[in-house]
Amino acid sequence: MTDGDLDLTYAYFLGCITPNRYPGIEAATKRIFKEFGIETKEMVGASCCPAPGVFGSFDMHTWLPVAARNLSIAEEMELEIYVTCNGCYGSLQEADHLLKEHPKLKERVNKVLSEFGREYKGTTKVNHSIVILHDIIGLDKLKERITKPMNDVNVAVHYGCHFLKPREVRGHGSSETPYILEDLVKVTGAKEVDYKDKLMCCGAGGGNRTADTPQSLEWTRQKLVNAIMAGCDCMVHPCAFCHLQLDRGQAEMNKTFGTNFNFPILYATQFLGLAMGLSEKECGLDIQTTTMPEKLLK
Amino acid sequence: MGTLYEDIVAYGGEVFGEEHMETLRECVQCGKCTGGCPSGRNTALRTRKLFQMALLDLREEIFNAPELWFCSTCFTCYERCPKGVKTTDIIRIIRNLAAKEGHMSVPHRMIGVYVLKTGHAVPIGPDQMKLREAVGLESQPPTTQKYKEQLEQVQTIFKTTNYDAMIDFDWNTMNLRGMEKGGKK
Repeated sequence: MTDGDLDLTYAYFLGCITPNRYPGIEAATKRIFKEFGIETKEMVGASCCPAPGVFGSFDMHTWLPVAARNLSIAEEMELEIYVTCNGCYGSLQEADHLLKEHPKLKERVNKVLSEFGREYKGTTKVNHSIVILHDIIGLDKLKERITKPMNDVNVAVHYGCHFLKPREVRGHGSSETPYILEDLVKVTGAKEVDYKDKLMCCGAGGGNRTADTPQSLEWTRQKLVNAIMAGCDCMVHPCAFCHLQLDRGQAEMNKTFGTNFNFPILYATQFLGLAMGLSEKECGLDIQTTTMPEKLLK
Repeated sequence: MGTLYEDIVAYGGEVFGEEHMETLRECVQCGKCTGGCPSGRNTALRTRKLFQMALLDLREEIFNAPELWFCSTCFTCYERCPKGVKTTDIIRIIRNLAAKEGHMSVPHRMIGVYVLKTGHAVPIGPDQMKLREAVGLESQPPTTQKYKEQLEQVQTIFKTTNYDAMIDFDWNTMNLRGMEKGGKK
């Protein structure tokens, strides 16, 4: 930490896929935040968020108290939360929103939590890691730390769904003309390239991956083909669950469809990490399915 | 049990408020939802048709349609509906009602088993712990899976809301009932 840096601490909601499948996302995010004076404290004892389109689809009355329990952990820490997955963002922010809007619902949920002495109060805030990068750290500060500019790299931005939508809950402006991820890519010197159906879902959400994996992979295949056809070198996104579908999904697709995909997939902080001089290993990009081309590592 | 529309308003209303659910009545069958649906390109899901079926009270037909589960909850139709129908939330509530009445696949029920056993839909194993060490992180994250007393809180929630009964979870085997021998139910 140097002079002029931030002096902030956030509670990190780990979720499932980031810590348990793609720890590179966790490592890169913590490293970058620390670089700018942002300390991370893990939410000890936090569970699955639980997945908004999955548990939300099965039983909202189970989904909600589990999410509220997670929120109560950050409330006890007296800290705001950050997440590295759109699923976690979707669940925790939506739960927080509903519980603040509907007092009766809050009462009902707190009755469940009182079984083990917890209470949801509504005193924390759920932040997405890319919003902290964009709005709290800011593009100017990020730009100063870019030591390995991505000048000749063409990037396909993939948002995932629950970061932008529903916009009445998320509050990041238009879900059809977003800008946050584009700004973060451009700050590295890379070119953000528009491609067919850029805002399309990865295919994994809402239990679709579990309901029919090959069918869900067909969405992913279409998405990747569109990015490749537009001349993109890699895909940058803000969601651990999308990362699973887009990255490991390529191995599954190659097996299921007989294709030969190896299109680099990077979480936003992994991409920024490389541009800030972190190594492939420090960003955990050497322990995933898709491999990084020299262009991104030089 | 009322009509499907009444049940959607009643059950969904407890979470989202009844007005939110009542937007289903505003559907004019324009098909903008289906036009932008990424699932509809690849599957039999027709959101427009689903809502018409719901309004016509075709309960069993909807609950038995595999495509009910092919919505990825991407919220594209929710954002674009010109009549303000709260599409994705209505679909999630229809699924809730279907699940309550026993229409839930084994893979979907298994996600509940993982959470009941570890607190996580995607738990960690020894191989992934090594991956964590490779990037300089502690081998086991400090989440529910690490602390029995924390996991018990999540299990209590599932018991209180009868989620365990809904998926036919057996607390003795910590698996779905009838799955001990690896058989499919």
